[in-house]
Amino acid sequence: MSKLKNIFFVLIFSIIALNSSNSAEKSPPFLETKWTFKGLFGKFDRASLQRGYQVYTEVCASCHSMKYLSYRNLAETGGPEFSEAEAKAIAASFEVTDGPDSTGEMFVRPAKLSDKFVMPYANEQEAKAANGGAYPPDMSVLVKARKGGADYIYSLLLGYSEPPEGVELDDGVYYNKYMYGNKIKMPAPLSDDLIEYTDGTKATAEQMSKDVTNFLMWSAEPHLEQRHKTGFRVIAYLIILTVLVYFSMKKIWSRVESKV
Amino acid sequence: MSDHEYTPSSKFGKWFNDRLPLLTLANHLTDYPTPKNLNYWWTFGGILTFCLITQIVTGLVLAMHYIAHADMAFSSVEHIMRDVNYGWLLRYVHANGASMFFLAVYIHIFRSLFYGSYKSPREIIWILGIIIYLLMMAAAFMGYVLPWGQMSFWGATVITNLFSAIPLVGESITTWLWGGYSVDNPTLTRFFTLHYLIPFLILGLVVLHIWALHVPGNNNPVGIDIKKPSKDTVPFHPYIVIKDAFALLMFCIVFALFVFYQPNILGHADNYIEADPLVTPAHIVPEWYLLPFYAILRSVPDKLMGVVAMLSAILILAALPWLDTSKVRSAVFRPLFRQFYWILVADVLILGYVGAMPAEGLYLLIARVATAYYFAHFLIILPVLGWKEKTTPLPLSITEPVLGGSPNLAAARSDEKIEKTIK
Repeated sequence: MSKLKNIFFVLIFSIIALNSSNSAEKSPPFLETKWTFKGLFGKFDRASLQRGYQVYTEVCASCHSMKYLSYRNLAETGGPEFSEAEAKAIAASFEVTDGPDSTGEMFVRPAKLSDKFVMPYANEQEAKAANGGAYPPDMSVLVKARKGGADYIYSLLLGYSEPPEGVELDDGVYYNKYMYGNKIKMPAPLSDDLIEYTDGTKATAEQMSKDVTNFLMWSAEPHLEQRHKTGFRVIAYLIILTVLVYFSMKKIWSRVESKV
Repeated sequence: MSDHEYTPSSKFGKWFNDRLPLLTLANHLTDYPTPKNLNYWWTFGGILTFCLITQIVTGLVLAMHYIAHADMAFSSVEHIMRDVNYGWLLRYVHANGASMFFLAVYIHIFRSLFYGSYKSPREIIWILGIIIYLLMMAAAFMGYVLPWGQMSFWGATVITNLFSAIPLVGESITTWLWGGYSVDNPTLTRFFTLHYLIPFLILGLVVLHIWALHVPGNNNPVGIDIKKPSKDTVPFHPYIVIKDAFALLMFCIVFALFVFYQPNILGHADNYIEADPLVTPAHIVPEWYLLPFYAILRSVPDKLMGVVAMLSAILILAALPWLDTSKVRSAVFRPLFRQFYWILVADVLILGYVGAMPAEGLYLLIARVATAYYFAHFLIILPVLGWKEKTTPLPLSITEPVLGGSPNLAAARSDEKIEKTIK
């Protein structure tokens, strides 16, 4: 019996080991960085989220939409937490088409907090036409839509290099060691001092990659902080209740000579 | 069923109970004599009821905000996640709840397999259970389609395409299921309707499942028939209620860990990409709980035979009470069966593992061997074991675990107390 169980476990573990060594050959391990949103009490780094928004709007937003985000989200708790005035100013810097008005005409006005993020292209076809046939994916839930999540996005942003010997790349295709198939149509988007951070942080490629990945993590999980906070309370409550119920059970079952 | 007649103490209670015997039912459920040696594997029935109720309640609220339309389903889910109050909690409980439901049902099924709970006189309970399990798989599959992500769409395409393997009418059936010539809006709306319906069918079957259970009463780890009520039983309330509550709370802690700290670990990243009929994902895999059957499906080279094998893998369970020819229920007294039982557990886990891997090379070979073994277990090993195996002696009662052992004085003393409680 115990021998069989041993064989069984050895079998399972050897298959898992076999597999993980296989997949390790396919793609290199992700770059390591410390995420503040991980762990039992994980929270976003507010300043990093604000810088991340800056990277998004100054760099990524020229091709990538974030259609599930509204400008109001930028001022909500648990996010970048811009002040309402700041968020309003950000929104007002974009123009949206509204209407029809009372005369039946469409008109252009500055965006409000309730507006969705303005999209870089009118539709998917236009986006493809402008990007050599590749569609820049919407980034609202991108972190959750990729295996490896934030680590993957962070690594990918920094994973550009010259192609190794023997790898031929077409025009407009770039080599990235973290991309599936190693070929990506997006040129390396971030380089040192590409932008100037408003808070004075030095804009290295690593810093920008980390900030924008933080921002994307928040946009994919806007209620992450509340989830962690609620989760801790729920689990603490459940553990206390479980202990109480355990002792009640022991007491009740002490009336019968049977183990529980 | 309890043997004694129940009479409500109040006049109104008696008047009401004569017209609708709800109080008799409540009394039956409270007093229901349960074997006192049930271990924690027996608490999963209660846990499963909890899972079903959780899925129905969270599902109802989600349905108030969800839009079953190919163009809007994905964004309505994002709307739930972002803007609906506690929408993220409802959705994560519902999505992880499905996994927890299957985790519990697998433990429940394998408990039954170990202790022979499917054997006479409990065949109907077992078969009802298999039907519930089948409906659960249908509900889970259709539920996974509703967010209209890439895995939803392509999973639906792969599974519905299986019907095209049926000779002659296969293609027509597939078109009929889709409501068109591919998985599209009509498919989504009918899946939503059925996903809404099935849980209530399951609820009805669960009532029958429990009703059928209350006729012979619970099996127990020793697997012998016991007199009810007797010194071997305790009333359901408070003994089993408190024990089930304790186990349920432990289960909820694990559940909460998933919901609050790893809500997406059991899902697939591709399902956060909106469905695109023009882009096929690299690997189309079902949710983890369907993987063993997916492995069986893919291990057969012929499509039709693959579908037949997959369905047989589930339906063979319905014949289990007659395939297992041994008169002894519990594996505790069946040394050989016990070993084959653990091999079967390993076999199913291996099938689940290779189901997640690409169907090629070594994986495919393992899947084929494991599939063959799965069927051999039920069709060859169990019938043969029944008459070949030398079982160890059964005790006469629960309180006397080993035949001819010295009487347990402590147990005897406590029996008086139980009898008092029963009264």
